[in-house]
Amino acid sequence: MLQAEGLAAFRGERLVFAGLSFAVPPGGALLLTGPNGSGKSTLLRVLAGLGRAEAGRLLWDGADALADLPSHAARVRYLGHQDAVKPGLTVAENLRFWGSRAAVSRALAAVDLLRLADLPARMLSAGQKRRLAIARLAIAEAALWLLDEPTLGLDLASVTRFGDLLAAHRARGGIVVAATHLPLPLDGTADLKLG
Amino acid sequence: MTIFLALLARELRLSLRHGSDTLAAMLFFVIAAALFPLAIGPAPETLGRIAPGIIWVCALLAALLPLDRLFGADLEDGSLDLLLLSGLPASAVAAAKAVAHWLVTGVPLLLAAGPLAVMLRMPDEAISVLLAGLLPGTIVLSLLGTAGAALVLGARRGGVLLPLLVLPLTAPVLIFGVAAADAASGGLSPRPHLLLLAALCAGALPLCPLAAGAGLRSAAE
Repeated sequence: MLQAEGLAAFRGERLVFAGLSFAVPPGGALLLTGPNGSGKSTLLRVLAGLGRAEAGRLLWDGADALADLPSHAARVRYLGHQDAVKPGLTVAENLRFWGSRAAVSRALAAVDLLRLADLPARMLSAGQKRRLAIARLAIAEAALWLLDEPTLGLDLASVTRFGDLLAAHRARGGIVVAATHLPLPLDGTADLKLG
Repeated sequence: MTIFLALLARELRLSLRHGSDTLAAMLFFVIAAALFPLAIGPAPETLGRIAPGIIWVCALLAALLPLDRLFGADLEDGSLDLLLLSGLPASAVAAAKAVAHWLVTGVPLLLAAGPLAVMLRMPDEAISVLLAGLLPGTIVLSLLGTAGAALVLGARRGGVLLPLLVLPLTAPVLIFGVAAADAASGGLSPRPHLLLLAALCAGALPLCPLAAGAGLRSAAE
């Protein structure tokens, strides 16, 4: 259960949102919508514990989530704008830090990149890099997925596979919070309009 | 601890893949030190006297070279966010980076310093003391450099700011490192200087990662 009470955050010198409250139950999904610059990415970074909330509280199962950042980080998977793919490493090596060899293969199979596992990541196309970043979500279980424009640059088949990953995550009781302008393969979402 | 070692392994693998960047610091060290005999003449008594200073200053400058990219690449491609979310405290991420910097830059400098000292005609008895001083010295350089690199992260012109921030802080290391080698070639005991270097190292070990961790957190915000 993820709960926010009266969250407010600055980006630079500008207050992008204030007094934001919502709750997402286990298995739930929250879709952040709003025009560019309305604070969707800022909110996701606050939820991840990367950005600082100027006011308000973030609760996980009723306890303050941001009090202990490393243990909050352990239940968070964050997919940002950038893919964080190291061009010098192979596709599999890029994920190796996040999980065991078997888990890496499983995650790569889930995004259909397994046959490229030994290719240097600099050879990947933009969409394939995005799939590699998505594979990182699937590598080890974490309760809270924070997704910033997750389907940007993906082809239709990849979006469908991503939908399967999201459904499996929610079936395990995981929570999804996503910011997007494109329709996501998610059903039964709650919407939060920013800006 | 497992995550720390995994991060260290990842950093070392990345350095290995970018071998030219890794070698650049050591080659700079060797070439810069080799220019001194050309500039001030090959007279052994002059060279031998200033050799510890040459080696220390060149090592210091060479250790600065890779600092710009230490966190810069991770900030640009978004990896820094993920490292901060890896379950390690930010200071442990910084500590892993410092260890990687020392293994990739400090150790090669240490290996190259011996042959360079011979080339610059340093007295034999002083060479071992010079290396004994460089061991804690390069560790302090890596730690201070990591802290400096994290603090200027995200600043415009950070690459220019970095040496201005780090070089003054390394002055004590330089002073005691050179003094130890000078003492040995003058027939005095280098022990107090080496102990002071070790004390600097013991102080920097816990403090620098903490400062660097705070810098990383604020860069991510």
